[in-house]
Amino acid sequence: MIPAQRSIGELLTAAGTSNALELRGVTRTFGALAALSDVTLTVKPGERRGVLGSNGAGKTTLFNCVTGDVMPTSGTIRLFGEDVTYFPPHERIRRGLRRTYQISLLFNGLSVLDNVYLACRGVSRGRFSLIRPRRSDALMQSAFELIEAVHLGAQAGTMVAELSYGQQRQLEIALALAGAPRFVLFDEPAAGLSPTERSELVEILTNLPRHIGFIIIEHDMDVALRVAESVSMMHNGRIFKEGLPSEIESDPEVQELYLGGGHG
Amino acid sequence: MALAERPGPSALSIGALGRSGPGWLERIPTSYWVVGVVLLCMPVVANDFILYQILGWTFILGMIALSLMFLGGYGGMVSLAQMSIAALAGYMVAILGSSGVQTISLNWPWWLYIPVAIFIAAVFATMIGALAVRTTGIYTIMITLAIAAAFFYFTRQNYTIFNGYSGFANVVPPELLGVNWRTPIPFYYLALFWAVVSYLAVVYVARSPFGLALQGIRDNPRRMSALGFNVFLHRVAAYTFASVIAAIAGILLVWQNAQISPGTAGLPAVIDILVIAIVGGIKRPIGPFIGALIYVLLRTFSPDVLQVFGLPDDRFKLLIGVGFLAIVYWSPDGVLGLWDRWRARRSRTRDPMASTGGPS
Ligand SMILES: Nc1ncnc2c1ncn2[C@@H]1O[C@H](COP(=O)(O)OP(=O)(O)OP(=O)(O)O)[C@@H](O)[C@H]1O
Ligand SMILES: [Mg+2]
Repeated sequence: MIPAQRSIGELLTAAGTSNALELRGVTRTFGALAALSDVTLTVKPGERRGVLGSNGAGKTTLFNCVTGDVMPTSGTIRLFGEDVTYFPPHERIRRGLRRTYQISLLFNGLSVLDNVYLACRGVSRGRFSLIRPRRSDALMQSAFELIEAVHLGAQAGTMVAELSYGQQRQLEIALALAGAPRFVLFDEPAAGLSPTERSELVEILTNLPRHIGFIIIEHDMDVALRVAESVSMMHNGRIFKEGLPSEIESDPEVQELYLGGGHG
Repeated sequence: MALAERPGPSALSIGALGRSGPGWLERIPTSYWVVGVVLLCMPVVANDFILYQILGWTFILGMIALSLMFLGGYGGMVSLAQMSIAALAGYMVAILGSSGVQTISLNWPWWLYIPVAIFIAAVFATMIGALAVRTTGIYTIMITLAIAAAFFYFTRQNYTIFNGYSGFANVVPPELLGVNWRTPIPFYYLALFWAVVSYLAVVYVARSPFGLALQGIRDNPRRMSALGFNVFLHRVAAYTFASVIAAIAGILLVWQNAQISPGTAGLPAVIDILVIAIVGGIKRPIGPFIGALIYVLLRTFSPDVLQVFGLPDDRFKLLIGVGFLAIVYWSPDGVLGLWDRWRARRSRTRDPMASTGGPS
């Protein structure tokens, strides 16, 4: 196997800077199946990383381990230098981590505004407040701004269940950008979107403030390679290659495994 | 009561509740005014029996069922322990205040024993919550039922604090403002006041961050966690909040009956609260009060009805059971669900008229 190239992230670790995300030997098994085996990954603050891999490669499981939705069987996870391996999800989120879900996880009984408001409230104080929010409240204002940013301004009062598929995907992104995110995990945000919606998505992602780093799982090479500065390739629960998008695109092994056999 | 309320607590978006728009007085639906005036003027037309036994009891049972509705409708947690929480508050009033059992009652002043009774009930409920929220669905029902059963047997067997089988008699409200609150009209207004306060509190809190987050947890606990909410604490806090309503109702209940004994929170009473909430409708705060009125009417008048059919008059449970079955069978959302569907059908049939500009 070709040895993995040292990413900029790894070079920075060597210099002693704290990484946005640092996984060491993370393994997760489901029964006999190793969905993740011995994954080591470093992403520096502000870095934008693409994760590519065939179906069942373990990409979503990687995200689940990072957010705490699933506990790793072994290994450690550090978030901005802090060991969060055994933290519950909400503690990680409060430290600036965010994520979207491959299959939208929204609050169907609530309106778009309520959904985004909850996301803003979740990462600020007063989660137990018994006082109703007003339109002029700072949090409500930022909820409205987020809704505008994902082009759902006209749907603020609409029930989530009544949104189109594409709109639900946009709402997913709004929920992940609430508060002051420092690092975001996007799980196939472009899946099922129309070409127009895709370019809107690329625009949203490229226009994120520079200090916000993210990992994006994306089957669509077009989207992935346009927003990512570096790419990690996964197969059978392992990261087998890291590199610049141009290198990945032209790598024969990737071409064979990913574009040829694995996917499709 | 206020049946014209919007369907579903979330049909209204928070944005619509801001300070902009018409004043809050104008935004109260007409049906609220009508129901409010009728309830306020009730003592003019109704006799003591209706005021004290029918409506007073309806408000109390409605409040206990409302505390279940808050947990079930907004939090997705069906707790059968709400009657026990109410009864604990009632017991505390008898034990800390005054009762016929001089050896146990501490004769504290009312301003001390009332808040302490509510506080103790809230602590009890918080502990129940901390146990119950580790489970979901049918297991929550089972664990809270087990707690309710344990509470019943404990109060029946413990003589040092709960005075065992006989409980406490002569538990009366304090003579505040020179009023005897156990006479029908004052008691009616006392129970009405607290029922309205509880109802409005639940309606208000449903749209607060706490209430919204609870509904979010009901819809999708995993996502709430991924938004930074501590789902466990939030659910436990919902038990605490709901217990305050149940506790106030429990205090009113012990005053109304002037006594409390293990049977107050026996298993039949525990199940009745669930029946009331389900029959009325567990999705909206008004449902429990409708369910309570139906229950109290059935319970009070069904012996007469049964006698007409030549059945023994202690078979009222049969009628309640059949009524419960019928409602759950035809409308899982309770009476409120029936009402919603009837209105939806009516507005559908009226739509063609509306489009031709006919008055509605
Ligand atoms: N909760 C679970 N229980 C059992 N097996 C699981 C669970 N989650 C994931 N797996 C298995 O782990 C493997 C990796 O799944 P994962 O969802 O991480 O893949 P993925 O790379 O995200 O694939 P896709 O491109 O289809 O989204 C799959 O074989 C999947 O069936
Ligand atoms: Mg996946």
